[in-house]
Amino acid sequence: MIQVSHVSKIYNTGEVETVALDDVSFSIDKGEFVAIMGPSGSGKSTLMHILGALDTPTSGKYILDGQGVGSLNDDELAEIRNKKIGFVFQAFNLLPRTSALKNVMIPMMYDATPKEERIPLAEKYLKMVGLADRMDYTSSQLSGGQQQRVAIARALVLNPSIILADEPTGNIASAQAEEIMAIFQKLNKEGHTIIMITHEPDIAEHAKRIIHVKDGKIVKDGNGHRQRLII
Amino acid sequence: MGVNKLRTGLAMLGIIIGIGSVIALVSLGQSSQAAVTNQIESLGANLLTISPSSQRGEFIQGGAGSATTLTLEDAQAIASSPSVTDVSNVSPEYSRRAQVTAGGKNTNTSIIGVQAIYSTLHKVSVAEGQFISDGDDARQLKVAVLGPTVVQDLFGETNPVGATVRISGQSFRVIGVTVSKGGTGFGNADDVIYVPLSTAQKVLFGATSLSSISVQAKSSAVMTAAEDEVGYLLLDRHKISSPANADFSIFSQNDILNTASSVTGTFTALLSGIAAISLIVGGIGIMNIMLVTVTERTREIGLRKALGAKKKDIIAQFLIESIILTFVGGVLGMFVGILLSFVISKIISLPFTIAFGSILLAIGVSGAIGILFGWYPARKAANLQPIEALRYE
Repeated sequence: MIQVSHVSKIYNTGEVETVALDDVSFSIDKGEFVAIMGPSGSGKSTLMHILGALDTPTSGKYILDGQGVGSLNDDELAEIRNKKIGFVFQAFNLLPRTSALKNVMIPMMYDATPKEERIPLAEKYLKMVGLADRMDYTSSQLSGGQQQRVAIARALVLNPSIILADEPTGNIASAQAEEIMAIFQKLNKEGHTIIMITHEPDIAEHAKRIIHVKDGKIVKDGNGHRQRLII
Repeated sequence: MGVNKLRTGLAMLGIIIGIGSVIALVSLGQSSQAAVTNQIESLGANLLTISPSSQRGEFIQGGAGSATTLTLEDAQAIASSPSVTDVSNVSPEYSRRAQVTAGGKNTNTSIIGVQAIYSTLHKVSVAEGQFISDGDDARQLKVAVLGPTVVQDLFGETNPVGATVRISGQSFRVIGVTVSKGGTGFGNADDVIYVPLSTAQKVLFGATSLSSISVQAKSSAVMTAAEDEVGYLLLDRHKISSPANADFSIFSQNDILNTASSVTGTFTALLSGIAAISLIVGGIGIMNIMLVTVTERTREIGLRKALGAKKKDIIAQFLIESIILTFVGGVLGMFVGILLSFVISKIISLPFTIAFGSILLAIGVSGAIGILFGWYPARKAANLQPIEALRYE
């Protein structure tokens, strides 16, 4: 359901031309759990931005659920982000001084979900990630792992096509990091497509497929679980 | 927004002060206008004052002049002529200053010779005794009605009715005291003595003409018509063909009212203009705070955009915040303004009025300022790129 063909992203800052992505092509089917790995500067962040409709390629095509995303305007990209993509960020990005429940409800504001459905839906997903008794807590009252779980519930609330996680365990202690990965694996078993950016092999191993990126190119694309990196 | 209450409050302060002062000024302006109108009309409403022409420029207590062109017959003609249809009352008057003594005291004051109709036309009422009657006038009686200031000067706190005063050496019996009217800019209406017209002319001062004729129009709508009718009648009686050569002048109370209105009106408009400038300053303060707020919430904006907010959603979010800020400031300013005009009107003894129109305008203006000065920050927020915004520290 995702097709990336010959996508390049080139930044022109004055005289210097930076090639962030160089003719990248791959596809991801529904229900996959993919990790995108690479060192910093490899282009993995750029690739994530394009997959998440936060940015558009300089050339090439990105097709999501049969729709070309690369040529959409700002409002249309916002629609895609709202309905088809569920973001999970490294820094959680919850609104401060706002309850977990209200945080989860944010995407529904821009989807015009009927008001009476919003709270029940948000409660359902918060329960799913195990935070039924923390719904009114604000981020300052939640641990890193708990905040990320709120973020996951927020990402799920409009039933997106893909969950896009950018270094989801980067700010979390290892014990809770395992809990987060367990949640992702459970979601994937239930049929969600998950794409995860990470630079940690231990985390990447939880995925079923690892795409390695270096210098803007894909250097390896294969199964997870004890995958050895060939540089 | 409730985050930093102090900052929000300070931002609102400009709007509160601006709206408050506009409302207070407009209310006070209206009050003073009403007060001036009331003062002028307390001396009689819809009045035309006819003066002989050499006394042009002098008002009620005009000094001894050489003009003798107005006569009692003129006044009677105005009252009875079929060509004059818009006039209700006519009051012929003769006034002059004279030395007055009573007991051991003396004063120099205005003596006004009047007929009974004077009290109706000029809204003079008696506090003690009675006013000059037509009988007094017909018999040229030496009776006097004193104004409160004269009573104070000659009799102190004693009731002077029945006592004797000497006017220019002649004895008069006091038959009444008038109710105080308060001083206006047109001479102190309480510092007078009323005597019958015929007594003033024939017994006191040896005059055959009048110093003025006061004419009351039937309503303010027909004042101009009345002025024309009286003017033409007198020109005809005095056998003058061209109005430019008239030997009298007609002064309309409307003119003073209009001038007074426009003076207070201009003054109010000027002060309100200055207050409006403070509203602009307040709006700039709002824009400033909104810009700071946008910067502080850059990550939040980036997040919302990542979750699907479109530009118009972000603009709406911040514009609404800005409007709420100015609207609340406007409502608070309204209360401040009403309170202020109440306090000030008590201090300078003006009637307290609330100009509802200006309140609605002020509320509307405060909302408009929210839109106007909130627009730029809202647009700035909406144009943030989500990727950079999310990275913002």
